[in-house]
Amino acid sequence: MEEIKRTDAANLEVFSEVLQSLAATDRDITVVTSDSRGSGKLVPFGQKYPEQIVEVGIAEQNLVGVATGLASMGKKAFAVSPACFLTARALEQIKNDVAYSDNAVKLIGISAGVSYGALGTTHHSLHDYAVLRAINNIAIVAPADNFETAEAIKQAAKMQSPIYLRFGKKVMPANLNPNRTDFKIGKGRIIQEGSDLTFIATGEAVLPCVEAAKLLGKEYNISCKIISLHTIKPLDTELLLAAAENKKPIITVEEHSINGGLGEAVASLLFQNECTNKFKIVGLPDDHTVSGSQTEIFNHYGISADGLKNTALNLLNL
Amino acid sequence: MHIAELKRKSIESRKKILKYIYNAKAGHTGGSLSIIDILNVLYNNVMNVSPENFKSKTRDVFVQSKGHCVEALYVVLADKGFFPEEDLLSLCKYNSPYIGHPTKSIPGIEQNTGGLGHGLPICAGAALAAKRDCSGVKVFTVLGDGEMAEGSNWEAMMFASHYKLDNLCAILDYNKLQITAPNADVMGLEPIDKKLEAFGWAVTHVDGHNLEELSQTLNNLPLVSGKPTFIIAHTTKGKGISYMENVLKWHHGVPSKEQYDLAIEELDKQLQELETVLK
Repeated sequence: MEEIKRTDAANLEVFSEVLQSLAATDRDITVVTSDSRGSGKLVPFGQKYPEQIVEVGIAEQNLVGVATGLASMGKKAFAVSPACFLTARALEQIKNDVAYSDNAVKLIGISAGVSYGALGTTHHSLHDYAVLRAINNIAIVAPADNFETAEAIKQAAKMQSPIYLRFGKKVMPANLNPNRTDFKIGKGRIIQEGSDLTFIATGEAVLPCVEAAKLLGKEYNISCKIISLHTIKPLDTELLLAAAENKKPIITVEEHSINGGLGEAVASLLFQNECTNKFKIVGLPDDHTVSGSQTEIFNHYGISADGLKNTALNLLNL
Repeated sequence: MHIAELKRKSIESRKKILKYIYNAKAGHTGGSLSIIDILNVLYNNVMNVSPENFKSKTRDVFVQSKGHCVEALYVVLADKGFFPEEDLLSLCKYNSPYIGHPTKSIPGIEQNTGGLGHGLPICAGAALAAKRDCSGVKVFTVLGDGEMAEGSNWEAMMFASHYKLDNLCAILDYNKLQITAPNADVMGLEPIDKKLEAFGWAVTHVDGHNLEELSQTLNNLPLVSGKPTFIIAHTTKGKGISYMENVLKWHHGVPSKEQYDLAIEELDKQLQELETVLK
């Protein structure tokens, strides 16, 4: 497979390029879309591989059912739809046809979280980690940069079991830690080491942690460790328990409801292992989401350099 | 398989369905008796599927959308040699793999079903894969009439005709009763044939207990080249047992000892009559 070298890009563009690259040598790679090939940046894929794309129209239940049928016949089916519809409208198909029936469908939730910004709650997915965490036999992955995105897709293509990949819309950094070019679904990735505080974040919430860590270092000489916990299920318990060993405060950050997501998954693990670190979950509160762009919504709820800096200072009693 | 032999099998299958439901004290009695003739024809006279070729990419595929009538499927699969029939004595017992809906952990079962409106979308995807691979595989599903109210079925119907999936055949087990009441009172289907035709399917009506007619129709697919086939099989819920036929409570009613004995007596009589006719 040709190596994709690129700088910043939206992870959907990376997704499309990696899939085209895989499809060049594997005619079982099949993309299934629900009138979502434009928003999924898959128009070039469809033009290049018309026999490897399936359009189902705006019908998410059928999207997942059809992808299941394709997978059952040996196709590497990537079912692509906005995360808000995919993981709510088609949840029973995900639970029964994909997870319970153990069909290796790759579910691709695009424009996830609050990517759609001012389009509002109908288009937001702040529930997907929570609902999928409660379903047996499905991995949940949200990459934080283009590198993680490309690797996650390549590994998903080879997986023999179900996976949900969650992508946002905005341009992502090429690689948040060019020194760490190892990536494995199920294993968190250390973005930077640090000794005073640990950020554990996923997807598009990792970058604000990197920015907050810079401010905390520069203004307060606080050293932050950052973990991109791209895989929310299965949880990398070894990495998380090791991170808690220094007994320093931990902040989890996610573009998801504070109920049932990354933060609660980590909290549950640490509490049951008698970790006593100060702990704060940053995410979207159980409230009507404020209107605005994704960045404005992030800023409003403190998923931002300044917001996370202040959360950190509070935890450190500074 | 010769029709006479299939008729014998049909009655024997009914005895087995009742035996294992009676033993389990659980099961979907009426619906299993309603679909058993369809399944016997599919597995004995139509589909290219056996324990030997089940892992092959050229086997025909069956997904039972109305998963709750799994007892009929278990009996047919055991008869085909996918697993020993006595395994069914564990039906619905603690820690048994033979639960009250189909699961892939049982040899011969393609997909886990039970939630309604799931079989047809899966079969549509499988049929498209078979088309694109030019494998010649045919894909079949049996749906209940109550589950026709599920929107996902109609999504899949649009899809299957759009992609001209003439290797796909859906069979409606049209016994006209669902758990609460007749379909007509719960959510009317009629005119079901016109609705299916309007969705681009080739549609025909058959007597779902006439083994000859079922064999004849299912062996001459597609009905129309370039169109998926919908077979409206008119059936009787509880078919074969006089006191169960068209009686709502047998949806998932389990016979008492007396009722069970009476049912077996009726089926044995049917077997005797069949032997007399055959002689």
